[in-house]
Amino acid sequence: MSKPVVATTSLAGCFGCHMSFLDIDDRILELIELVEFNKSPINDIKKFTKKCDIGLIEGGCCNSENVHVLKDFREHCKILVSLGECAIMGGLPAMRNGIPISECLAEAYLNGPTVSMNEERILPNDPELPILTDKVYPCHEVVKIDYFLPGCPPSADLIWLTLVALITGDELQLPYEVVKFD
Amino acid sequence: MGQKITIEPVTRVEGHGKVTIHLDNEGNVEQTRLHIVEFRGFERFVQGRPFWEMPVVVQRLCGICPVSHHLAAAKAVDMIVGAGMGNGLTPTGEKMRRLMHYGQIFQSHALHFFHLASPDLLFGIDANPAKRNIINVAFEHRDLAIQGVMMRKYGQEVIKATAGKKIHGTGAIPGGINKHLTEDEKEYLLNGDEYMDIEKMISWSRDAVEFFKDYHKKNKELIDAFAEFPSSHLSLVRKDGALDLYHGVLRAVDSEGRKILHDVDYQDYDKYIEEEVRNWSYMKFPYLKEFGRNKGWYSVGPLARMNTADFIDTPLAQKELEIFKNYNGGKPSNKSMHYHWARLIEILHSAEKIKELLNDKDLIEGELVTKGNKTFEGIGLIEAPRGTLFHHYKVDDNDLITMANLIVSTTNNNQPMNEAVNQVATKVMTGQREITEAMMNAVEVAIRAYDPCLSCATHALGQMPLEFEVYDFNNNCIDRKFKG
Repeated sequence: MSKPVVATTSLAGCFGCHMSFLDIDDRILELIELVEFNKSPINDIKKFTKKCDIGLIEGGCCNSENVHVLKDFREHCKILVSLGECAIMGGLPAMRNGIPISECLAEAYLNGPTVSMNEERILPNDPELPILTDKVYPCHEVVKIDYFLPGCPPSADLIWLTLVALITGDELQLPYEVVKFD
Repeated sequence: MGQKITIEPVTRVEGHGKVTIHLDNEGNVEQTRLHIVEFRGFERFVQGRPFWEMPVVVQRLCGICPVSHHLAAAKAVDMIVGAGMGNGLTPTGEKMRRLMHYGQIFQSHALHFFHLASPDLLFGIDANPAKRNIINVAFEHRDLAIQGVMMRKYGQEVIKATAGKKIHGTGAIPGGINKHLTEDEKEYLLNGDEYMDIEKMISWSRDAVEFFKDYHKKNKELIDAFAEFPSSHLSLVRKDGALDLYHGVLRAVDSEGRKILHDVDYQDYDKYIEEEVRNWSYMKFPYLKEFGRNKGWYSVGPLARMNTADFIDTPLAQKELEIFKNYNGGKPSNKSMHYHWARLIEILHSAEKIKELLNDKDLIEGELVTKGNKTFEGIGLIEAPRGTLFHHYKVDDNDLITMANLIVSTTNNNQPMNEAVNQVATKVMTGQREITEAMMNAVEVAIRAYDPCLSCATHALGQMPLEFEVYDFNNNCIDRKFKG
């Protein structure tokens, strides 16, 4: 039987969830015997090359590119997991949701103490740049999400136990110490 | 027909980015750009929040080196609580933070070298992309993969012992630190088990430097000539010119080693540094005001630090620095691939520093926090794994943030990375009929040398894997390649 296929991505996140994933440490050597990786920032597979069993999504959606990537993941993955607070509820980037995006751009590119020479008042607006969404959206508001792993970031043990449960089909048993989030 | 090549997402870097390369109808490279495609808006949305939240809020810019943001913000808010700028903490406060920071440098550099960059060196830039990754390193070079994984783990355990948590910890607080190192934690890090052993970490760090030097001997062309271009270099250095990753004065040298920023107080950073906004990237372009937009740009990070520092205050790393400086004829190295060499020397330095600190009794006992009179502004700088990181805050009477300015490490490397992309693209793509995956990976190898943290760089709202697009001279996208 072929190995289950796993894909991962970071949308509007900080890569902390991916780092927590790597914090499974030497269990990563065990994991690569159990699963095959497809599209992920840790390898050079930039476009899906096959259907995947599990997609791990870090980060919410803050621009058109995030939305596109998330939909692509939904299309290619049987199971999608929202990994961490940003994917689940927008997280820290969603602190901008109560503020007009123009104010955020103005503060970064026009008002700061080291941009006083921006006399032409240039803002990033090239067609190469994705369009910012009006607010930061949690993933489940954009596509169907099957499972949610809370935490900022979710602990390595939580990620590990979840993956093992999804791979083996056994029920997830969470020890008390793992069910603790911040 | 001209064409436009897009590399998106850039992979095996931390964060999201995209490269576009325009070729004219003769196949000459007309324009290259590394775009940072996300924006978050931290500068605005932290306004109105209490200042003491900054060390835990702003580190959410980046989960790869959260400790750097945690500590730069802590140093800034130290000033606001009247605990001085970088040197006013108790011995316990400063040393615990330093231990946290060296743990961070150790894990971040290990991650970059072993997990992200080593596949290019071990398998070759033109290797099958399906195999060019850490998983294949684990299958084919198991010992090296174990070293990478366990070195990263060691650094993460140091962070956990000092910050309470491996990612997004809470150790540093305004004016100091919130815990001591316990005897158990000290024992665990000094000699915990087969891998939790500082002597083993030092020995593996030496092996890694040797591995690189050996590789260098066999691959001179790649390491010395690939993406080499004149650049200025900037970093903090200790007052006596030693490498210091936690605190110091700002120094910059030009490509020939002449000092162009003379060990100045970083409280005046905005007198010396300005940022240019270009409409095609969310990442700004910093430069030294005195030399203007076109000539004032500089590099930061491990290579810049080897070039600005006069010496290193730990013996093993100092020896390696001497070898490095001799190789470069006593002048700054302007060779992008030497970033890897410099990074490994810093891994060794961090391991030596961790050992020194673990044996320091100030970590076990002593006052944790310094108190003073409130001020309304704080500026904190630190040498993050990827280079100089600037945090600057102002607060009002109610202790709420009214202004935040951040210049993150990778932003400082914006122009150098763009120069590297341009140089490599021009070299490998000019006049080629077909743009191959290997050519695109060569461009990414140049970017990877800088270990860009595109996550940080998008503190405006962020994402950075690489995509290549090819445009003809009418600006029609005729080819769009993703890596893999």
